[in-house]
Amino acid sequence: MKGGALLFRAVLAGCLGVLILAPELFIGLFRWLNRPDAPPIYPYDSLLWLTVSHLGLVLIATSAGAIVAIAAAIFVTRPSGAEFLPLSRVLTNTGQTFPPVAVLALAVPAVGFGVAPTLIALFLYGLLPIFENSVAGLQRVPEQITEAADGMGMTAGQRLRKVDLPLALPLIVEGIKIAMVINIGTATIGSTVAAKGLGEVIIAGLLSDNMAFILHGGLIVGLMAVLFYDLMGYFENFLKRRLGLTGSGD
Amino acid sequence: MITIEDVSKIYGTMVAVDHVSMSLEPNSITVIVGTSGSGKSTLLRMINRLIPPTSGRILINGLDTASLPATELRRRIGYAIQGHGLFPHYTVADNIATVPNLLGWPKARIAGRVEELLTLFHLPPETFAHKYPHQLSGGQQQRVGVARALAAEPELLLMDEPFGALDPVIRAKAQDDLLDIQRRFGTSIVLVTHDMDEAFHLGHRIAVMKQGKLVDFGSPTTILTEPKDPFTSQLTGTLDRSLKLMSLKQLADFAVPGDTIGAETLPATLSLRDALAEFVWRGLKVASVVDSDGRQLGQITLDALLAQGRRP
Ligand SMILES: Nc1ncnc2c1ncn2[C@@H]1O[C@H](COP(=O)(O)OP(=O)(O)OP(=O)(O)O)[C@@H](O)[C@H]1O
Ligand SMILES: [Mg+2]
Repeated sequence: MKGGALLFRAVLAGCLGVLILAPELFIGLFRWLNRPDAPPIYPYDSLLWLTVSHLGLVLIATSAGAIVAIAAAIFVTRPSGAEFLPLSRVLTNTGQTFPPVAVLALAVPAVGFGVAPTLIALFLYGLLPIFENSVAGLQRVPEQITEAADGMGMTAGQRLRKVDLPLALPLIVEGIKIAMVINIGTATIGSTVAAKGLGEVIIAGLLSDNMAFILHGGLIVGLMAVLFYDLMGYFENFLKRRLGLTGSGD
Repeated sequence: MITIEDVSKIYGTMVAVDHVSMSLEPNSITVIVGTSGSGKSTLLRMINRLIPPTSGRILINGLDTASLPATELRRRIGYAIQGHGLFPHYTVADNIATVPNLLGWPKARIAGRVEELLTLFHLPPETFAHKYPHQLSGGQQQRVGVARALAAEPELLLMDEPFGALDPVIRAKAQDDLLDIQRRFGTSIVLVTHDMDEAFHLGHRIAVMKQGKLVDFGSPTTILTEPKDPFTSQLTGTLDRSLKLMSLKQLADFAVPGDTIGAETLPATLSLRDALAEFVWRGLKVASVVDSDGRQLGQITLDALLAQGRRP
């Protein structure tokens, strides 16, 4: 990575750290945005705690989504499950087109307020990108390679573990990256049903017309998404290089 | 010894392989030729059951291949395909070790075998063992593919157009390496190719397929001189059949005693075709035949040479 790009990322990461751990450093900016009588920094909860809780929700829901999506992708790309591929596509796509607010509204009567409806919504949003990418990755394993694996006497399970999954991994990781980024943003609406997260700061800002809160919460969420996307991109490229997919290895 | 008994493969209404019966001699190379779509690959893949036959049986040393679990059968049969199919995320050494690993060989035995094969294929282990396939040239990848197919010391090796993607120089080298290795290990090989020169160069037996049927099967000389089907002559080509015939014979077998003082020398390992080329190039009427140590085996005259290319 070039020096300039590295410096830019370091600055972004530094800003994120300050916004979470020492927002007082930006107090001048926040004060300038607000009416003089409004608090410039969210006073009701520690931002570190909100960030941890926010990321925790995203991680739990996306991991669960990843497990289900990858398992489903494996199933529909085996000969025995091939007929379920179109159906499963419809299901995951429907999950995605449902507005998140509607998912919450439907989930709350069933599971109550708090963490549960938010996890359900985030789980559903993570499914589609991970499923689609995993299916594409598994289908794109070159036929010569699968034929060689079969021809040498690998069982179906051995081929899956030793050949299909490792070769599909870059695309699966990309799917997880997309799901995480979507969910880091989407998790903010969890605060409308009382799940702890950074949405709380933004919503408080909207309700009390506090520009500083909105900007503060929004910046943390946005920076986390951008930095996470970037980091996973590097991981993906590393995997692709390992597999010789980019040509120039070392 | 492989016996193919009345084997057919039918896809819907498409007959890919049509009642093929043949016996393959052990320790020999059988080459299957035929036009595209004639069922060569299908027949080959039925031997290791990548494709289940619609009817018929295939026996290896008297044992019906259908009586073994498919994975066990395949681990005992080497398989090399065009474009090699190497695993891109495995090192060269791990690629070669695939089947020994599946068979649960001890680590030391696997390492020894990998090193032996790399050396045999002119890929020094210290340089190549830890490389990844994408770091190799096409010719090197192909050699690793064949080494991998031979790793578990199979008695039988199936090859589907293994040299199809190589340039002519590398291809000739790969063919000679294969002949060396076949002689050294005594492996039986069934090889599919489009290239008739390759078929004549490698094959002890040549099988000709047309629209799923086996229309001819015999030694290269028989195929050339006594074709059982017009399609065979079409495939072998009639224009240069005399030269093809001469390419199957070695100078060593035609040297006769005679006065060769002052005559130019030719190595005994030369084929008659290559010897003829030398005669033409150097304007010879007679040549002295010598072995690799320069010892004289006899002589051959231009007339004697030409007689060997004549219709039998
Ligand atoms: N899975 C399949 N379903 C239907 N038809 C098939 C299938 N596999 C092969 N065929 C048909 O069977 C015939 C023989 O195919 P095969 O691959 O054995 O030919 P081939 O001699 O190896 O040809 P090539 O030289 O082009 O490799 C072809 O006409 C092909 O279209
Ligand atoms: Mg073929």
